[in-house]
Formats: sequence, C-alpha cells, structure tokens
Amino acid sequence: MSEAAGSTGLHTEDMTLNVGPQHPSTHGVLRFVVKTDGEVINEAIPDVGYLHRSIEKIGEKCTWHGYVPYTDRADYLAAMFANQGFCMAAERLGGVEVPPRGEYCRVIACELNRVASHLIAVGTFGQDIGAITPFLHALRERESINDLMEEICGARLTYNYLRIGGVGYDIKPETCARIAAFLDHFEPIVDEYNRLLSNNKIFIERLADVAVISKEDALQYNLVGPNLRASGVQWDIRRDIPYSVYPELDFEVPVGRGERGTQGDSYDRYYVRIRELLESCRILRQCLDKMPEGPAVAKVARKFKPPAGETYVRIEAPRGDMGYYVVSDGSEYPYRVRIRTGSFTAMSIIDKISPGIMVADLIALIASLDVDAPEIDR
Amino acid sequence: MEFTVQDLIQALLPGAIPAPVGYPLAAILVAFAVLSAFVAPLAGVTSWLERRVWARMQSRVGPNRVGPQGILQWLADGVKNIQKEDIIPASADRKLFLLAPYIVFAGFIGAFVVIPFGSWLIPADLNIGILYLLAITSLAVVGILMAGWSSNNKWSLLGGMRSAAQIVSYEIPAGLSVLTVIFLSGTLSMQGIIQAQGWAPQDWFIFYNPFTLVAFFMFFTSALAEGNRTPFDIPEAESELVAGYVTEYSGMRFLFFFFAEWGNLYVIGAITTTLFLGGWQIPATIFGVTMAEHPLAKGVLEFTVFFVKSYLWVLVAMWIRGTLPRVRVDQLMAMCWKYMVPIAFVCLFGTIVLLVIWPDGNPALSLATLGFTTLVLVYFMWRVVYQIMHSRPELYLKPYV
Repeated sequence: MSEAAGSTGLHTEDMTLNVGPQHPSTHGVLRFVVKTDGEVINEAIPDVGYLHRSIEKIGEKCTWHGYVPYTDRADYLAAMFANQGFCMAAERLGGVEVPPRGEYCRVIACELNRVASHLIAVGTFGQDIGAITPFLHALRERESINDLMEEICGARLTYNYLRIGGVGYDIKPETCARIAAFLDHFEPIVDEYNRLLSNNKIFIERLADVAVISKEDALQYNLVGPNLRASGVQWDIRRDIPYSVYPELDFEVPVGRGERGTQGDSYDRYYVRIRELLESCRILRQCLDKMPEGPAVAKVARKFKPPAGETYVRIEAPRGDMGYYVVSDGSEYPYRVRIRTGSFTAMSIIDKISPGIMVADLIALIASLDVDAPEIDR
Repeated sequence: MEFTVQDLIQALLPGAIPAPVGYPLAAILVAFAVLSAFVAPLAGVTSWLERRVWARMQSRVGPNRVGPQGILQWLADGVKNIQKEDIIPASADRKLFLLAPYIVFAGFIGAFVVIPFGSWLIPADLNIGILYLLAITSLAVVGILMAGWSSNNKWSLLGGMRSAAQIVSYEIPAGLSVLTVIFLSGTLSMQGIIQAQGWAPQDWFIFYNPFTLVAFFMFFTSALAEGNRTPFDIPEAESELVAGYVTEYSGMRFLFFFFAEWGNLYVIGAITTTLFLGGWQIPATIFGVTMAEHPLAKGVLEFTVFFVKSYLWVLVAMWIRGTLPRVRVDQLMAMCWKYMVPIAFVCLFGTIVLLVIWPDGNPALSLATLGFTTLVLVYFMWRVVYQIMHSRPELYLKPYV
C-alpha cells in the first residue's frame, strides 16, 4: 500500500477497494482491485477469469458441427457473430462454398444481433450513469429483436442459427416484412433515445472529456471495434478485410469526432455505437432488398472432416474484431480452436487510463468500453 | 378555531398521573397514532406510486398484484422485511449500526411536527418553525454518516462521506432561499409564512418578484439534493457504490432508510408549498359561502389544497428521477458552491432591494412574474405535446405483430 504525505503533512493511506466480482456495474463477473485516494483512483487493476468455461478446450472434444452451439456461449450478447466466426473458419478449411441466400441470411441475422447487442451497450451505459429509463427503453426494443430472432431460428439468446455451409433455416418472406416493419419503427426510436439520453446535459457532462483514449494508445493497446473507431481510427473488418456479402453493401464506418469534448472520450465511445445502430439498420434494409432466391445452406457432409491445415478468420463483432484461429488435423474434431475477442484487449487499457479519474468515472469507462464478461474469459 | 396537538395531548392526560410523567406518555401515544395512521401510509403509498409512475415511464407495468392496482404493495413489502433476518456484520460498530436507521427516521418524522396541513391542523406551530425544520431535517446526515461509518464497509463509508458533504453543502442554498421568504413574511412560524401569502397565485411568494421565482428553484433543487434524490442520489448510487450507506443493512433497518426517503419526498413538497406556494390558503368565500362559517368544510378543503399542492412536487421528483442521469460527486459540489450559492445570494439581495423600493410588494411585478412563468409552462407543454404528436413513433411493444 503506497503512502503519501499531503501538503498538510498529514499521514494518509490509499484505500483499496474491491470492485466486483459481484458489483452491479461490472456487467457480469469482473473484478477490479482499485486503489483510491478518497474518490480519486490511483490504480485500477482488472482481474479477469471468473467466467472461464473452457470453451476453447471444449472445441477439441466436439465434432465440427457439434461445436457451433458452444460458440454461442462465447459471447451470449452477440451469439450470431461467434457462430459466424467459427463457421467461416470451418468453411475455409473444408473449402465449402456458402450459397448467396445463406450469406444474406447470415448478414441479416448478424446485423439484427448487432443492433440488439448495441442496445444493451447503450442501455446499460445509461444505467451505469444513473438513468434507468433509457435502459428499459433499449431493452424494450431488444425484446422486439428477440422476437424476430425467435421467428428466424427459434431461439432468443443463444441462437445456434448458423451451420457450416450456410444457415439452419431460411428467412421467410413474411419474416422479412416484419424485419422491415421493425426497422421503420426502430429508426425514429433512436432519435427519441438521443433526446432522452444522448443530448442530456448531465449525461454529456459525465462523459465528455472523461477517460480519453488517444489514437496512439488505442492502437498500442490493440483496441478493436467501436472503441478503436471512437478514438478516430477508421477501421472496420467488414469494410477493410471484407467477408460474406459486405462488399456488395453500402455503409459507413462511423468514427469518433469528439462531438462533445475530446476525440476518444467516453461520450465518443457511446455515440459511435448509437451511429452504428443506424448503420446496421441501413445494412439490413439493403439486405432485405437484395436477398436472392436459392438454397440457404450448402450440402455439407454430416461427418465433416476438413483437410489438415490451419486458418485465422476475422469478423467484425459488436465488440470489435473477433478472431477464430482453427487448426484441423483432418479428423472429425478440430485440433485447436482459439478465440480472440475484443473485450479482452479492452480490459487491458483500463489499467492505463484509470489513474486520476474518479470512482464514478471508472464505472463510466467500463461501460463505455462495453466489455462483456463471457467474452473476456470464454 | 385554534387547535393544536398540545391540546390533544393535554386532553389525553389522565388526571391521576402527574404531568411530568403523563405528558411524555400521552405525547408518545399521539406520535404513534399519527405515525401509523398518516405518515406510514403516506410513505408507503408514495413508494408504490413511485414504482407505478416509474414503470409507466419505462414501458413496464410495475407492482399490480397486491390489492387493487397493487396499492397495498407497500404493506406486503413491510411484512416481508419484518420477517427478514436482521444481519449485523461481525466487524460493525454494533451500537452505532443499530442506532443509525432510527436517527435518520427521527430526522424525517420530526419534520412533521411543524408541517401545517390547515389553518388549525398543525401539530405544533412553533414560532421558530422553519428554523426547527432546517435543524431537524439535518439530523438525517448524522444517521447516514453513522450508518456509513459503523458498517465497516468501504462502499458504505464512501456513501456516508458523500452524503455528509452533499447535505451540508446544500443546506446553504436552501437556507438562503428560505431566508428570502423570511424577509417577505417577517416571521419564522410556518403558519405565519402561509398567512403572509394569499390563495391566488399572484399572492404566493414564488411569484412575489422574479428573484423569489429563482429562489424557489434553488430551494427545490437543494431540497432534492438534501433528500438524496436523483440526479443527486450519489450517496446510494447503486451503479457505483453498490447501495452506498445501506449496503450492510437488511430487513426492517434497511426499510427504515427507505421509509425515511419516501416520506422525505412528501416533506420536501410540503415545505416547498408552505414557503412558496401559499400553503393551505383558500378564498374566504367560495360561491358566496363564507368559509369561516363552516369550520369543518374549511378544514377539509384546506387540507386538500395543501396536500394536492405538496404532492404535486412529489410527482415532479418522481418525474425527474425517471428522466435524469446522476451527476458526479465533484460536479455536485461545483454546482452547489459555484452556481447555487451565488445565485441564492443574488436572490436574497435582489429581494431585499425590491423590498426597500416597494415595502408592500408590487402587484404588477407579481403578475408579470406569474405571466412569464405561465408562458414558459405553456411553451414547455406545447413542446411535449409536439414531440408526442409529431416526432414520436407509435409505440407498442411488438410493432410487427
């Protein structure tokens, strides 16, 4: 414990606070060992590993098809993306071509999932700052998405929708109509959300210029996804290392512009997500228009045995670059599965940014990084 | 007709028991009766109403199972909490830990002594009423600090320290705003302050001159801060401090803190109404009926007027809580010392200057202030309606079903 003598000569000690693992704002089971001087933080060390479920090791004991449901649990707020990463890796190893309709189904499901995940992110953000109402408004919209997901694939949280070679079920035309109706309903809701929360003076005061992550720091600490974009780096796997049908779609990559303060502050990280909500809606509309006819899944052997080899697949998940490193030894089981997630690297920068901010700002910082405990530990 | 609780206590005094013993006994009896008959249901129903109002704002239903529309939810909660184990942490300072909820509770319940519900319905019309009120409501900070310290929990301690800083700081703008009113009324008595106002809005102190209008907002904001209400609920900020100073409390002791908080909401409204909104004042004649001739009807009407006016502010506080995020502790302090204290000072001096110019007030100025406030309110309501009618999508839970 460090000791400091103040200007008055009083002998003071840092207070060690144990934030988590059962703290209301740690979004699951995270733990931070925080040294504070009153309300000001001197040091905050993240302690991860409370939600480790050996998902990577389980991959070595499952068949290729059998592992897909497990990937749902890697990030249960964005299970579609975890599915997609693994399926794409298996397809690349096995040389499977996904039919176009299957790709469109994947993108529709994924973008809906991204909207749901970002709604959780901005909603809990409001809650961590103390506004409960926006959180419930966000969850209300997410419920609609869950209903749509249930219609698409029968599940509301852990979807297990994607298959190696396509998707489990085709998206029916009436479901497409309902997705379009949801989008018509949802886009004005974002404006309302902005009026309620984003443009709120107290909310801006709490977040602007707080926990600023510079462009250099963001790159050095390997931030990905919205956190990286908020710091001003225009980098999106969907656009820069394109996969699936994203090259055919027209969308923008929002970056933090320092709208209410410095570029890369907590408000930018929040607002980038709000703008991504609208971009996802745009992608969804294009997908609904362009959806080709045809089968949704390719013929893949039930005993799928890709030839020996290894591959690394990157996709743009809601929490950024999600990578699957999969090694095959030509058997029915993957030889090794390694998942790289955005939340894990985001945790590392908390140590660097936290000195000097206040306890309440630490909560805002964690919320703004949108870390998700299951994704950190896997 | 003059009637106070002192008379009631005197009437209850049994002749055989000497007054020094009997008076406290009778006083305890009356306090208990008032507590269980009025204050407990008030705080309880407020808690239910807050949850319902809040639920509506958040597209939820809220508690609706116990009693009609769930109105008896507070009773069920109370019964449940009494049954809970009263956990005292092993390392807590036992005496202080046990005492703290009652101190907070006493600070809140003591405020009811001087709240004037009608021209003759006041427990005790102390001649230093408002001073007593400022003093007794500050008792809560002692209890909160006690709870924070004695729990031997760092979250509780942080919550307690925040609360102490906050309540002590916001006493100053609140006190300055009260002083503005005292200059106008010339008395510290709660009844005296109400009697110095009239029943019509232009006779209320809030519209006396532009400065008192600002003083009113200063007072209400400070009162929210003193009552630990959103956006100033940092002592129990659940997303930061787990539950702040109540982290280690369970069962009935936990409930006492929240009892006090919800009851305090009404106290805030009542004080605001007394100081600025004309209290229980009603016209002397209504539809040709001289009210003085019907004391009972007059009393009921006065009580209704006072209750409605003060409960309005409870609803405003709920609305604010449903809308705003929480400020940070340093922003809270900066807001108090950098903005609210100077503004409250300006209000005080402005009122003094205007009092020197027009010792008996200026009706034109009052009307102008009233008109300005009405215009602002109308514009605000128009904006709300506009947003609902023109830019809000139709909202139903499952838009595509």
